[in-house]
Amino acid sequence: MLYALPLVFALIGLALYGVLGAADFGAGFWQLAAGPGKHAERIREHAHKSMAPVWEANHVWLIFVLTVVWTAYPKAFGSIASTLCVALLIAAIGIIFRGAAYALRSGASSLAEQSTIDTAFGISSVIVPFALGAAVGGIASGRVPVGNAAGDLFTSWLNPTSILIGVLAVVTGAYLAAVFLSGDAVRVGDEQLVRDFRARALLSGVVAGAIAIGGLAVLHSDSHALFEELVTGKGLPALIVSVLAGVATMALVWWWRFEPARYTAALAVAAIVAGWALAQSPRLLPGLTVRQAAAPHDTLVAILVAILAGGALLVPALGTLFRLTLRGHLDHAEAEQAPPPHREAQFGEPRHPQLLLRVAAALLIAGFGFTNVADAQWAHVLGGACLLGVVATGFRVALPAL
Amino acid sequence: MQALSFAVHIPLVCFGIAFPAMVMFVEWLYLRTGDELYRTIARRWTRVMVALFAVGVITGTILSFEMGLLWPNFTATFGSVFGLGFAIEGFSFFMEAIFIGIYVYGWDRLSRRAHFLSGIPIVLSGFTGSLTVISVNAWMNHPGGFRLVAGKAVDVKPWKALFGNTYLWHELVHMYIAGYIVTGFLVAGAYAVARLRGRWGRYERTALAIPLTIAALASPVQVLVGDWAARDVAHHEPVKLAAFEGLGKTTRGAPIHVLGWYSDGDVKYGLRIPKLLSFLAFHNPNATVKGLDAVPARDRPPVNGVRIAFQTMVGIGTLLALLGVFYVFIRWRRGRVPDSPWFYRAVALAGPLSLVALVAGWVTTELGRQPWVVYGTMRTAQAVTGAGGIPVGYATLALVYAGVIAAVFWILRRLAAAPLPAVAEEV
Repeated sequence: MLYALPLVFALIGLALYGVLGAADFGAGFWQLAAGPGKHAERIREHAHKSMAPVWEANHVWLIFVLTVVWTAYPKAFGSIASTLCVALLIAAIGIIFRGAAYALRSGASSLAEQSTIDTAFGISSVIVPFALGAAVGGIASGRVPVGNAAGDLFTSWLNPTSILIGVLAVVTGAYLAAVFLSGDAVRVGDEQLVRDFRARALLSGVVAGAIAIGGLAVLHSDSHALFEELVTGKGLPALIVSVLAGVATMALVWWWRFEPARYTAALAVAAIVAGWALAQSPRLLPGLTVRQAAAPHDTLVAILVAILAGGALLVPALGTLFRLTLRGHLDHAEAEQAPPPHREAQFGEPRHPQLLLRVAAALLIAGFGFTNVADAQWAHVLGGACLLGVVATGFRVALPAL
Repeated sequence: MQALSFAVHIPLVCFGIAFPAMVMFVEWLYLRTGDELYRTIARRWTRVMVALFAVGVITGTILSFEMGLLWPNFTATFGSVFGLGFAIEGFSFFMEAIFIGIYVYGWDRLSRRAHFLSGIPIVLSGFTGSLTVISVNAWMNHPGGFRLVAGKAVDVKPWKALFGNTYLWHELVHMYIAGYIVTGFLVAGAYAVARLRGRWGRYERTALAIPLTIAALASPVQVLVGDWAARDVAHHEPVKLAAFEGLGKTTRGAPIHVLGWYSDGDVKYGLRIPKLLSFLAFHNPNATVKGLDAVPARDRPPVNGVRIAFQTMVGIGTLLALLGVFYVFIRWRRGRVPDSPWFYRAVALAGPLSLVALVAGWVTTELGRQPWVVYGTMRTAQAVTGAGGIPVGYATLALVYAGVIAAVFWILRRLAAAPLPAVAEEV
């Protein structure tokens, strides 16, 4: 069982990326689709401001998935990355543009500049999920054989299944984003924006559902094995959950209940990922089961320890971030706090400059001795620590009165 | 290609390592004194920090893509050995991203104490992140913790491979201090330029003094750490050391050449200092130092490339150290900051120079390891992808990176030109 656990975590990561990352891309999609005009400007602004505090965290999920897969299933990762390199490269470039656009937006001074940046952002927000979805489609339809670039560089991700999943990824992202942004708009208290995003959520929900149903036909003809497992085999429960959650979300949005809709929408997407995994198990790539692809025992234990320990830190931190965001603590509204009590405590010379100076000198001598004269390894490490101490103490001594 | 990505990523890493600590120091000053000036500095620096972090997120993501796109064989063979490092790095990155979000958008929205506390994880995760990435690099230079049987890594002990590695420590300290030097000199350089243009209020004085003092102390210390690093290289990667110094033949009492050009097993036109290399590497002027001839020609790195990079790093490092010593000396003897315009010109120049030294240092260690990707175990040519069309990919990414660099400069100029309104007036 051990060999499959990292994959389970990677899939959880993928599902979270599929929800949070996709919503992020979806927000970009709505920025692009808003068109020109003053009203569109408000939509763009809302999409940007809602996502700005969380987008970086949303995207680290992708890095998490990649690192877990290449540590725990190095052979599969090598095959996937080399065969699907074109799709992944396109996604990579799109990610560069998106991130750059985020970074640049704070520097834009005129509306014209800002809308150029938003357009670049929006276009890459469509390209990236499509390319990543297409890559997933390549894996799911068994077009990635084992080996260094053993599969076809283009048809591996330009085929009916890939295109279906790529398009679905874009539309689902837009749908998720619309649901989330509706909720955010309620919090901000902007009636008009709520109506706008509710309409968008309903529309994109219908489109996403239609594509998903039509997509089953594509799967039927293009990747029949996957279709069989998904509709009649192990993937069926997940598929049912996904459909139910999707319908429930639509109903909740219809009744203006956006907060619970966030979670049902997320569930619908997560269930799809689970369904894919179940339908494909135990096969990772054609002719390569999960067990065969897994790294040696010690590595699997190590990565699990890292994931669990990291998770123990991460989950509360992430919880804090989302709690603060959802409660509106990180919104942009200007709310000046009173300045702290002016304590008149000037920051100047340290209290014991001579002592600190002597400590710094002593550390310098010790550091030099341990690092540069002594030969033993432990001495070097100790010396390095002493030298860091020199910088720290010396900083306090040498810092001029400010 | 990965080289290019790293060259873009590394300076951002420096800011990731060192800048949060500086921003937080200033915020701490604000909390202690209630002086609005510190708040202004901290907030302005925060904006720079977040812009650079955003770009760092992208280049970091791209790097993890490239691990697969460019080196599928490397990852396929050794992913089980070194991947753990990146997994932990992934978590660090995550924490950093989360708290940077809270920190940046939490100004004025959180209580002052909570806001300050939210900065601490940024500093810590910056540290663990660089620790783990460096542990992977240290492992590539000095591999261990696995056995290679028929092209497959077996008997893998990832913890030992990454963190039980003697190589890790000098690389970590060297890189960490480099982070403070680069950030310190670059930030200080911006205000040195301001002073040269005649803007010199209390704001500029403060914003210059903090980073400059750190960099001025860190740069002489870096020379000592560099010596430690070089001696470890001498012990574990003798061929790399020989390439640093252009030592063709294994020699007793080996000399050091400053500048010059390596050809046919010797350095031409360089300034020769007899026996110094033996002394520095083994603390014995007559010690035998292995030359490039210790291994067959196909196992040697491109000597001149490595040497030039190494000499650039050492040369600039020495200049920076001298500048640092000068600053500390004036501060100590005269009790003030130097006031010659030449000093400020030098500081303004020191920022870009330290960047050059940083990249040169990275080229030194990576190029010096060639033709190996994992020293003595896997050749770079074996690791690379079998997919065609790589040049096209290279060209595209190169173009995109050029765009990113231009964009970074643009935003930094913008942020500098239109800073947040100062709350406190200059004194």
